[in-house]
Amino acid sequence: MNSSVIVFPGSNCDRDIAVALEKLQFKNKMVWHKDTELPKSDLIVIPGGFSYGDYLRSGAIAGKSLILKEVIRASEKGCPILGVCNGFQILIETGLLKGTLLRNKNLKFLSKDVYLKILNIKNKFCNKYTLNQVIKLNIAHNEGNYFTNEEHLKKLEDLELIPFKYCNEKGVIDENNNPNGSLNNIAGIFNENKNILGMMPHPERMINKLFSGDDGINLFSSLMN
Amino acid sequence: MLKPLLLNSKKNKLKFAVTVTLKKDVLDPQGKVVQQTLRNMGMITLKNLRQGKYFEVDVNEDNEETAKNKVDEMCKKLLVNLIIEDFTISKL
Repeated sequence: MNSSVIVFPGSNCDRDIAVALEKLQFKNKMVWHKDTELPKSDLIVIPGGFSYGDYLRSGAIAGKSLILKEVIRASEKGCPILGVCNGFQILIETGLLKGTLLRNKNLKFLSKDVYLKILNIKNKFCNKYTLNQVIKLNIAHNEGNYFTNEEHLKKLEDLELIPFKYCNEKGVIDENNNPNGSLNNIAGIFNENKNILGMMPHPERMINKLFSGDDGINLFSSLMN
Repeated sequence: MLKPLLLNSKKNKLKFAVTVTLKKDVLDPQGKVVQQTLRNMGMITLKNLRQGKYFEVDVNEDNEETAKNKVDEMCKKLLVNLIIEDFTISKL
């Protein structure tokens, strides 16, 4: 399996993603944002960080970069695309995913571990998890408060385009366990074809039991299927 | 004296100001803090303050209408997040 990680000036989770992918025997290539050709990829990852220093809006400039045209083209052919944190913001700015990410409701940068309930395993990204499983991942963001219009929110729920939601240790999804104020505790969303996943939590930070946990590894191993 | 050689020298440069603000219903935390601070400084007649972004855009076009449409396109395609922000364009 070949993977590509897109690197922008200001990306800072790109190498962690590469470590996670290589741990699972992906043949990974780092792709600079100014490149105009993508290597053959079975997976494209847009990593977290602060691309272009969050100028204009988080992800706004990266969303219009040269390589993104190729990413959009690959997505149309069904290539799985994963955007984590700033990567999610970039996918939204390109229009590949709908809605927007507002400032966190408490107006603070959040860096902490959170629990997520897996709500949909019939997709390329979550098939190694079990339904309703509670996993622990890390979040680190300032704009992760997912917002969209009522019509789109209903579509996300009805078509099962929400793979996981913020919850507590026991899997209870409510406002008390919503770190950033996201609508319906949404932590990540799919496009309609479910080949594009944008998520605020960082699976690449939880791939080793020695370092706080390995609940993120199944997301990458699912993609090997 | 040498005359400056300009690209598109036939066209006039038109200048526009673009202001981008958060929509009324979207919380503007920076604006709120600035407002509160000004009030604390004694500006008690201050009723409301919203913070936004300001762009000065020069366009090489002869026709003002065409130029304004170009700026409008720039706003919609990059400068503004239409879900949460409003914008105004004015001729300078």
